[in-house]
Amino acid sequence: MQFAGKTAPIVVLESIDLEVVRGEFVCIVGPSGCGKSTLLNIIAGFLKPTVGEVLVNGTQVSGPDPQRIFVFQDNGVFPWLTVEQNIGFGLDRLSPDEKAPIIQRYIDMVGLTKFEKLYPRELSGGMRQRVEIARALAANPDIIYMDEPFGALDFLTRLKMRADLTRIWQEERKTILFVTHDIEESVQLADRVIVLSPRPGKIQKDLAIDLPRPRDLDSSAYLETRDEIFHTMGMSLRVGSDQDSPRESTTTRL
Amino acid sequence: MKRWLPVLLPIVSITAAVSLWDLVVVLSRTDIFPRPHEVILAIGELISRGVLFNYIIASLFRVGVGFTLATLVGVPLGLTLGWFRPALWAINPIIQILRPISPIAWIPVAILWFRVDDRAPIFLIFLASVFPITVSSLAAVQNIQPVYVRAAENFGLRGFALFRRVIFPACLPQILTGLRIAMGIAWLVVVAAEMIAVNSGLGYLIIDARNAGKRYDLVVAGMLMIGLIGLFLDFLIRQLELFDEVKWGYSQRN
Repeated sequence: MQFAGKTAPIVVLESIDLEVVRGEFVCIVGPSGCGKSTLLNIIAGFLKPTVGEVLVNGTQVSGPDPQRIFVFQDNGVFPWLTVEQNIGFGLDRLSPDEKAPIIQRYIDMVGLTKFEKLYPRELSGGMRQRVEIARALAANPDIIYMDEPFGALDFLTRLKMRADLTRIWQEERKTILFVTHDIEESVQLADRVIVLSPRPGKIQKDLAIDLPRPRDLDSSAYLETRDEIFHTMGMSLRVGSDQDSPRESTTTRL
Repeated sequence: MKRWLPVLLPIVSITAAVSLWDLVVVLSRTDIFPRPHEVILAIGELISRGVLFNYIIASLFRVGVGFTLATLVGVPLGLTLGWFRPALWAINPIIQILRPISPIAWIPVAILWFRVDDRAPIFLIFLASVFPITVSSLAAVQNIQPVYVRAAENFGLRGFALFRRVIFPACLPQILTGLRIAMGIAWLVVVAAEMIAVNSGLGYLIIDARNAGKRYDLVVAGMLMIGLIGLFLDFLIRQLELFDEVKWGYSQRN
C-alpha cells in the first residue's frame, strides 16, 4: 500500500500476508505510523490497496459491508440518536417488536442497562465506546474490526473494557481484528498477536497467545509473552539510566 | 445575590439608558425627538387607532412567507451542493456573485416585477434569507464528521436512506444556526422593503409617520416595536436548538 507524498509516494505497508480463522481474536500491534490502521481500513474495505487483495470466505472485499462492522477510534456513535436508537441502527429491516429484545440483550451485555434513553453527550467516553460495540454486535456481523477502540480512555476504564470485551467475545464468538499500539492490551485480549514493523509495515512476528482465560496479568507466562513482543519491537523495559539517578526508584520496571 | 444579578443588571442598564435618553432630550430642548414616556403614549395611540397590530401582522406575514420559501429552497439546495461536487462547481459561482448584493439593491427590481404589492417585500425577504440558509446547509454537509458517514456506509446505507438517517441529522444543528442568522437578516430587510414597496407594516409606519407630519414619537414607537419583535423571533428560533436531536451540535456553555 502506498500513498501519494509531496515528492515521492510513501510506502505504508509491504507484503502483508495474513490469514485469520473464523472466531479468532487477532490483535495487530505496531509502533505509531507503522500502517496498522491503514491495514485495518484496507481489510474493512474503506481503502483500496495499491496492490493485493482482501478475501473473506473466498470473496474479494470491494467495500464496507454490514456483515463486517468497524468500531472507530474516534467514536462513530450518532449523537442525534439515543443509546437504544444507536444500538438498533443496523436493524432497520426488522419490526419494532423484533428489534426490542435484540437491543435490550446487547444493552445488558455491554452494561448500559437503564441508560437506554440517554444521548451520547450525556455518557462518558467509555460508555460511548460500549454503545458502539453493542451497535456492532446487534447487527450480528461475522467479523468486527476495532481500530484502537479504547485509545482515548483512561487506564482503569481501559482495563475494565478489555475484561468486558473478552467476556462478550467468549459469549458471541465473533471474529475480531483489533488494532492497538498497546502491547499489554494485545496480550491481554488476543488469541494471536501480529506485530508490524515500523513503516513500511511488514509482519515482524505472528505470535499465538495460548494463555488460559481469564488471564492472570501477574503470571510469568503472561509477562514472558509481553516481554517477547516488547523485544521484537526493539523496546527496552527500563526507563531512565542508572548513572545520574538521584534515587533508586527512578529506574522503574514497566 | 449572585442569582439575582442576571435579572437585576439588565433592569439597571435599561433604566439607565432610558434615563440618559430622557435627560439628553430635555437638555437639548428639542421639540421633535420624543421623550420615553411620549413613545409609550404613541404606542397607546397606535393601538387605539387599530393600526399597530395590523402592521405587526402585515410585517410578520411577509417575513413568514419569504423566510419559509427561502428555507424550502435553501436547505435542499445547500445540502445538494454540499454532497455533489459537480453541482457545487456549477451553481456556487452564481451564488457567490448574487450573495454580496444587498437585498436593498433589489428594491427597484422588485417594484418593477411586482409593483406595490405584498409580493415585492416577500421577494426581498426571500432573497435576503435564502443565501445564508443555502451557505450554512452547504457548509454543514462539508463539515460532517467523516466517521458518521463511514459508519453509515458500513451499515449498508446508500442514497436517500444515507441522507435521511445520517447526513440530514448530522447537518441539522448547523442548518438551524443558518436559519437563525437568516431570520435576523429577514427582519432587517422587511422594514427597509416596507418603506418603499408597500403601504402597510412597521417599516411603512416609520416612513409614513415621518413624512406625514414629522411624528417622531410614532417613528421611535415603530423602531421600539421592531426591536422587541426581532428579539422575540430570535428567542423563538433559539428554542429549536434545545431539542435533543440537535443539542449535541452546540457548545455546552450557557
